[in-house]
Amino acid sequence: MTSATGHPQSVRAQSAPSRSGQSRLGVGDRMTEWGRRALDPKGIVVVLLIVILLAIIVLNPSFAEPGSLMRFIQRVAPIAIVAIGQYFVIVSGEFDLSMGAVVTAQVMTVGHLVGVDESKTVPVLFVLVGIGILVGLINGLATTLLRVPSFIVTLGTMLVIHGAIMWWTGGVATSNPAENFRQIGRGGFENIPLIDSIPYAVLVLAAVILLAVWLSRRPFGRTLTAIGDNSAAATFAGSRVWWTKTSAFVLSSLSATVAGVLLVGFAGVHPSVGQGYEFTAITAVVLGGVVLGGGRGTVLGALTGAFTLEALFTLLNFTAVPATMRDAIQGAIIIAAVAYSGVVFARRRKRSRTSTSTNSATTSADPTTTSAESAPSTPSTGGDGAVRQ
Amino acid sequence: MLRRLDTTALVYIALIIVLIIGAILVSTTGRNLFSPGNIRDILTGMSVLGFVAIGQTLVILGASLDLSVPYVMSLASLTAAQTMDGRDGMVIPAVLLTVAITALIGLANGLFVTVLGVHGFVATLGVGLMLKGYLDTNYQGTEGEVPWSFQLFGASGIGPIPISTIVMLGLAAVVAFILVRTTFGHHLFAAGGNAEVARLSGVRERLPIIGAHIGSSVCAGFAGLLLASRLGVGSPTVGSQGTYDLLSIAAVVLGGTVLMGGRGSIWGTIGGVAIFAVLDNLMSVMQFNPFLKDVVRGLVIIVAVALYARRRIIARRIRFAQAPQGPNIVAVARPDADGKPGQDSTVTEEGSRA
Repeated sequence: MTSATGHPQSVRAQSAPSRSGQSRLGVGDRMTEWGRRALDPKGIVVVLLIVILLAIIVLNPSFAEPGSLMRFIQRVAPIAIVAIGQYFVIVSGEFDLSMGAVVTAQVMTVGHLVGVDESKTVPVLFVLVGIGILVGLINGLATTLLRVPSFIVTLGTMLVIHGAIMWWTGGVATSNPAENFRQIGRGGFENIPLIDSIPYAVLVLAAVILLAVWLSRRPFGRTLTAIGDNSAAATFAGSRVWWTKTSAFVLSSLSATVAGVLLVGFAGVHPSVGQGYEFTAITAVVLGGVVLGGGRGTVLGALTGAFTLEALFTLLNFTAVPATMRDAIQGAIIIAAVAYSGVVFARRRKRSRTSTSTNSATTSADPTTTSAESAPSTPSTGGDGAVRQ
Repeated sequence: MLRRLDTTALVYIALIIVLIIGAILVSTTGRNLFSPGNIRDILTGMSVLGFVAIGQTLVILGASLDLSVPYVMSLASLTAAQTMDGRDGMVIPAVLLTVAITALIGLANGLFVTVLGVHGFVATLGVGLMLKGYLDTNYQGTEGEVPWSFQLFGASGIGPIPISTIVMLGLAAVVAFILVRTTFGHHLFAAGGNAEVARLSGVRERLPIIGAHIGSSVCAGFAGLLLASRLGVGSPTVGSQGTYDLLSIAAVVLGGTVLMGGRGSIWGTIGGVAIFAVLDNLMSVMQFNPFLKDVVRGLVIIVAVALYARRRIIARRIRFAQAPQGPNIVAVARPDADGKPGQDSTVTEEGSRA
C-alpha cells in the first residue's frame, strides 16, 4: 500500500524537476540529487554534451573562445530549429518525414524567386511562410481527418514536394540570392563587447526556443503531450485532437521554413541542401530523450539532442576518424541512447506507468481512487517486468 | 458491395483499374501496355522491390519497421560479388555467406528492438547508419565480379516472365504460407497487434519479432543478390539510390497492411508492389519528367491509404455488428479510431474474446 501511494508522487518528482533541471543546473548543494539526475535518461544527454564539448576544447583550445562558441551555436541553429519543430510532432505521437523536402523546397524557392533583386526579400519571406503553413495543414489534416498514418502522409508529401520543386526548378543550383537575404543566415551584429559578434541565426534560434518553451507550457503544449500519451483519453477529456495535431504539423513545417531561410545564408542555393534533415531531426529529438510514439519529452531535451549531435560531428572533425564513419557513430549513439533510456526508464517507471494506464483506462481523476485501484495490479506487472528485463 | 471485400481484394481491384487506365493512356501514344516486352519490363521492375517489400511486410506486421534495408542490399551485393569474383564455383558459397551475414544483421535489429526495447524506427535507422558508415569507409566504387552463370538469374526468363520475378513470387508464397499456417505466423500477428495481450496469452512475444527482422534482412539480401546479378558487380550505393526503405514501406501500406502492426497480408503487398511497377512503367512509356514521377507516386500513396483508412473503419464496424454485443464495442472503438489506429487491435482482441 505504501508503495502504491508513493507512485503518483514519484511520477511528479521525476517529471517536474527534470523539466526545470536542465535550465537551472547551476543552483544548489544537492550533489546526490545531481548524480541521480545525471543518470536520468534526460540528464545523461546533458552529461554527454558536456563531455563532448570538453573533449573538443582539449583537442582544440580555441573552441572555448566566445567567438568560436558563437559560430558553433550559429552552425547548430538550423538543425536545432528543425529538431524543435519535429519535437512538437513526435510528442503528439506522429512523424514528420517531409521536413527535409520542405527545407529543400524553401531554399530552391528563394533561389528562383529572390534572384539578385534585394527588394524581393520581404515578399518572398511571406511566400515561404505561406508554403510552410500549407504543407503543415496538408500533413496535419490528412493525418487527423483522413486517418492516414502520419508516416505515410509525410512520406507522400516528401515525395510530392521534392518532386514538384525539382520539376519546377529543373533541379539545378542557382547563383547566390540577394545579399540581404543571405545576411539572415550568415550576418550578425558586429562589435559587441566580450563576444565580438552575435550572428542573427543565434538570435533567431533564441527566439524559436523561447517561443517553443512558452508554447509547450501553454494548454496547447500540455494537450499535445496528453494526446501523444493517450489520444483516446485526451478525446474523452474534451480536447480537439485533430486541430491540436494539425497545429503541431504546421509548427513543424514552419520550423523547416526558418531553417531553410538560415541555410540559404550558410550553404547557398543547391538541391542537396536539406537532404536527410528529417532523419537528423528525428535523431536529435530521440537523443534528447523524447520518446517516439509520443507523450514524453521536452523542448529543451530536443534542443540538447540537437546540440549533442552537432557537437559530436564537430568532435569527429577534430579527430582522425574518417568523415565517412560519422554516420556509423551517429547510428551507434542513437541506439545506445534510446536503449539506455529504455532500460532505465522501464525499470524506474514500470510501476508508475501501470498506475497511469489504469488511471486513463478508468478515466478517473481522483488520485486516491487511482492509487487504490492500481495497488493490486502493480505487483503482478512489476514482477513480470522483472522477468522480461 | 465494396465494403464486404477484404483489403487485399481491393488492392487488386485498384491494380486492375490502374492497368485499364494505363492501357488507354499508352494506346493514345500508339503503343501497347501489354506487349511482351513491356510486360517483361513491369515484372522486372516488380522483382527487386518485391523482395524488399516481402521482408518489410513481416516487420510491419510485427509493429516494427526496417529502415536498414537499402544498406543491407548494398552490403549483400558487395559480399556476393566479391566472394564470387567471377568464379562459377563460388556462386553457392557466396549466396550462403550473403544470407548468413544478412541474417546476422537482422538478428541485431531484432535484438535491439526486443531485448533493448529500442523503437524499430530508431534501431533500424541506427543499424542502417552504421552499415552506411562501413560501406562509405571501405568502398569507393563498384567491386567484385559476378560470373555469367549467376548473371542469368537476373537476365533470363520464361517467355515474358523473368526468373527473378518467379523466384520472388515463390518466396511470397512460402512467406504467406508461414504467416497463415504456422505458429510463428500466428504469433507474429498476435505480437504485432498487441505485444502485451500476446504476452499475457502465453506467446513469447519477442521471438516472432526477432524472426521477422531476420526475415526482412534476408529478403533485402536476396534483393541485393538480384541487383548484383543484374549489374554484374557489387555496388555500395545501389540500395540507397533506389530509396528502397521508404518505397517498400509505402508498397506494404499500399497493399493494405496496417502500419501499426497485426493486420495485413503478403499478397496485398505484392499487389502494392505491382501498382508501383505499373505506374513506374506507365510514366516511363509516357516519358514523364523523372521528378514528376515522384509527385505522382507521393499522391498515389496518400490517396490510396486515405481510401483504405476510411474503408477499414467501416469494415470493422460491420464485423463488430455481427458480434452479439456489437454496439458496446463500437462505442469503445470510435475514439480509438479517431486518434491512434494502433489501439484498434486491442479492441479487436478483447472484442473477439468477449
